[in-house]
Amino acid sequence: MNKSRDIYILFFILIAFFIVSVVYLSFGWLDIWGDGLGIITAAAVTLAMYSFLYKDNPVFKIAENLFVGVAMGYSIIIVWFNILKPDVFEALIVPVFKDTGKAPQYTVIVPTLLGLFMFLRFSSKLSWLSRWSFAFIVGMGAGIAIPNFINAILLRQLEPMFAPLYTGSFWGTINTLLVLIGVVSVLFYFFFSLEHKGVIGGVSVIGIWFLMIAFGASFGYTVMARMSLLIGRMQFLLKDWLGIIQ
Amino acid sequence: MCLPSFSLCSSGLSGQTHRFAPTQNSKIMNRILFTFVLSILILSYTSTAFAVRGNRLIPPKTFLAFDTPNDSGKSITIRWSASSSESEDVEYVVYASAKKNGPFRTEVLRISSNTMYEEGTDSRYHLVGIEPDKFFKKRASDKDGNGEYFFKLVMSNSDSASVGVIASATPKGNLFNWSRLNNFIIMIIFSILILCCIKHAKRAPSLFIRKIKGLDAIDDALGRATEMGKPALFVHGLNDMDSISTIAAINILGRIALRVAEYDTPLKVSNIYPIVLSVSQEVVKESYLEAGRPDAYVQDNVFLAASEQFPYVVALSGIMTREKPAANFFVGYFYAESLILSETGAATGAIQIAATDAFTQLPFFITTCDYTLMGEELYAASAYLSREPLLLGSLRAQDIAKGILIGVIVFGAFLATCGVHFISLIFKPG
Repeated sequence: MNKSRDIYILFFILIAFFIVSVVYLSFGWLDIWGDGLGIITAAAVTLAMYSFLYKDNPVFKIAENLFVGVAMGYSIIIVWFNILKPDVFEALIVPVFKDTGKAPQYTVIVPTLLGLFMFLRFSSKLSWLSRWSFAFIVGMGAGIAIPNFINAILLRQLEPMFAPLYTGSFWGTINTLLVLIGVVSVLFYFFFSLEHKGVIGGVSVIGIWFLMIAFGASFGYTVMARMSLLIGRMQFLLKDWLGIIQ
Repeated sequence: MCLPSFSLCSSGLSGQTHRFAPTQNSKIMNRILFTFVLSILILSYTSTAFAVRGNRLIPPKTFLAFDTPNDSGKSITIRWSASSSESEDVEYVVYASAKKNGPFRTEVLRISSNTMYEEGTDSRYHLVGIEPDKFFKKRASDKDGNGEYFFKLVMSNSDSASVGVIASATPKGNLFNWSRLNNFIIMIIFSILILCCIKHAKRAPSLFIRKIKGLDAIDDALGRATEMGKPALFVHGLNDMDSISTIAAINILGRIALRVAEYDTPLKVSNIYPIVLSVSQEVVKESYLEAGRPDAYVQDNVFLAASEQFPYVVALSGIMTREKPAANFFVGYFYAESLILSETGAATGAIQIAATDAFTQLPFFITTCDYTLMGEELYAASAYLSREPLLLGSLRAQDIAKGILIGVIVFGAFLATCGVHFISLIFKPG
């Protein structure tokens, strides 16, 4: 019963969308030779995505597969034009076979080989070579991340902590004290070698309060940002597509 | 003052001289007086016009260019004293040339004159780093042999420009960034601490780690999935394999895969990066081997869901809705997709456990997941689950380091209140 109702709803919406589109194109409210078809397609995909709010349905599945496929195609193009073509093809392969006035960059061979090793996962005998690539990536990632982490995360956050507690004004001093208490108590919460009991437990609870207040503020801020995204989509549907609002 | 005199003079010249005797001397005197008054008028008018319209700019007294210290040899720093003519309408423009005599045609900097002051000089000096390689195809050394670049500073507004001052410098690379010496020392001290703690953990493998509730819930969630005969879904974050949170997520995945293999429950692992996909396949496969169930490993269950952020979300939302996993694990670094993913999972009724160090996304996981591992709990999780001395020792070392930091912060704040600032200099970021 429910399934047939869903099918009716789906058909009704599709027919309504089709009629609206035809009417808008016929009356010239949307320019068929200009961006009219693009606007209708964007509106259709937007509505297909929002249909998931009701429940999973064939229209959403079409939009989902379209989205994933387009993104994959886009990624491949980006990888080719931004990485493989300038860094490997034009830098190494073309100068080897053709006089371009540039010497081939043989240093590219090592990362190219590491990249090709990834494909050896398809071979049962040579798949172990792909681990060289993984080891290189993980090792390099950790090696680059750790020193930057000390500078960008640790020291940058320590720097404002060494400000005088007394700032000259009552509220300024309270603010500095709050920051100090917040940082110390949150650090206490992240002690894993000590049981959260007694004094440490008490300080950790204060730390949790600070964390939750910060998360609440962040939540509200982000929700407002999401609201503005929703408003943007609604404006597109009501202004660009239907022309109800100006 | 001038106007009455001028009218008086003009009346004399126009022949209306009936009040005075028309003598030769008086005519001469009138002409001299007229010339004098007229010259005063012209002078005063032109000087006023020059001051207002010309808006003469006073150039900076000093202009220096020098090799940027502690860099890879690509940058030159230019420094000049602030001028009294600085305002929003006045600009500093820097032109560069690879030759001493120019031409100075390449504009390498254009800023409003009241910006980019040197830190700590109370707006008395400007300091800007310039990378000449961005503006010159060939290094100056290719032509002249010494790699020197010449810079001309011009101060200008819409009406006029001050005379340019020229300075020169040669960029040179440095092997060591001395401003980051403290980073190096901190890294060495912490590394020694970690090694000592690992050694200690190997001797005493029963090091205490406090309970992390979210991790205890993993077994419950997998048990529920087994009872319901539904799969568990492990969702990787959006960072590639070079991210620490992804490495931690891989460790947790290994432990979850081990339990799943023991319980004989299907485990689906979604990825957004091919490298993370390959590593995940390896880790899950090894866990199945470790559990003695290599036959139960299905490679297609560790899959690439999509290659972009929101298609990834859409694909996973579809999977959650259709396959209805009994347990969802969101582990790694997440961005704006966190709420959409966890909200969809919550709507399907799955037990959800999230672990992330993305502090901006933690509020969303906290509100929509049953358990959330916050920040460093993600890193502690692998040690807690595996009890390996290597990880246990690292975790203990991190705790000691945190204790030291708390001491440094409290002591540093106290000293700063007393007017002593040497601690802030020791921990100054490079």
